Amino acid sequence: MWHVGKVTALHDETATARTITLQVPYWPGHVAGQHVDIRLTAADGYSAVRSYSIASAPNLEGRVEITVERLPTGEVSPYLTQELAVGDRLELRGPIGGWFVWRPHQSEPIQLIAGGSGIVPLMAMIRSRASAGITTPFRLLYSVRDPASVFYRDILQLLSDRDQSVSLTYAYTRTAPKDWPRPPGRIDAALIANTTWQSNLGPTCYVCGPTSFVESATGLLVAGGHSPDKIRTERFGPSGDRR
Amino acid sequence: MSSNGYDYLDGNALAGEMTEIFAMDVTAAEGQCSHCGTIKHLAEAHVYVKCPGVVARCAVCEQVLLRFVSVRQQVFLDVRGLTYLTLDRSLLQEYGS
Repeated sequence: MWHVGKVTALHDETATARTITLQVPYWPGHVAGQHVDIRLTAADGYSAVRSYSIASAPNLEGRVEITVERLPTGEVSPYLTQELAVGDRLELRGPIGGWFVWRPHQSEPIQLIAGGSGIVPLMAMIRSRASAGITTPFRLLYSVRDPASVFYRDILQLLSDRDQSVSLTYAYTRTAPKDWPRPPGRIDAALIANTTWQSNLGPTCYVCGPTSFVESATGLLVAGGHSPDKIRTERFGPSGDRR
Repeated sequence: MSSNGYDYLDGNALAGEMTEIFAMDVTAAEGQCSHCGTIKHLAEAHVYVKCPGVVARCAVCEQVLLRFVSVRQQVFLDVRGLTYLTLDRSLLQEYGS
């Protein structure tokens, strides 16, 4: 069940988050939204396992990308974001999870709502849509602390410029760019009403982020008329990691 | 329980450990809470991981659905809070596991 992947590329998304590209022999493939467990084992046998969402689109080449946010007091993320080098090997288990997933045959409009690093599995969905050549309309509402904390900014811009059916809304919580129309703040009912699909269009909503963010966003969606059955969530732990 | 009351994750967080003992992803399965009768996917349960093992509780009534503890070579699985689980056989092919 555990695979060994080789690190083939490292890319810094922000000052504290790094994307790790792994080449994994015999990888069975994945569906957008799934995660992997990464296991680090110390020389004395002590091991730690953490879950990370897959950021890359499904592919047949055994390529798996994860984006890891460094937690100052974390056991695993400082190693993954600061010490891991190209050519190193990592133990991983997966792909994991069959619920928080988007499959290309889904025809309904898709609403993605990300809080911070909750963008990662949603990015896999956007990439999966692009690589499958699907035109299902997608909207992304991405809540992030400040402009420097945005992951995947260039590729998101490219995909939404190229295809009018992917719309992108940033909601800054602490610092917004100069002349940004909305003052910094958490997502609220007005933002949900103005930038997300109306419930009568029957969208499926995917919400990913810290637990408090997910609670708040799903509450606003339900208040806006969305059926809880059409909302799928993935929460991060209070410490920011999944476990 | 943390002071903000948000000390749980989704049932998704169970999925990795469950792959050690089940051939299929059980978090995508629908199950019925034996306490309140709610039928939801296991992925929608509230999962508490800051304990010796993992506890999944019903998202509606918060009663225990499942407990999972792994100690050395022993795995302890308690599913007293689930009346049943419905698994989708097509997912077995999808993940090839």
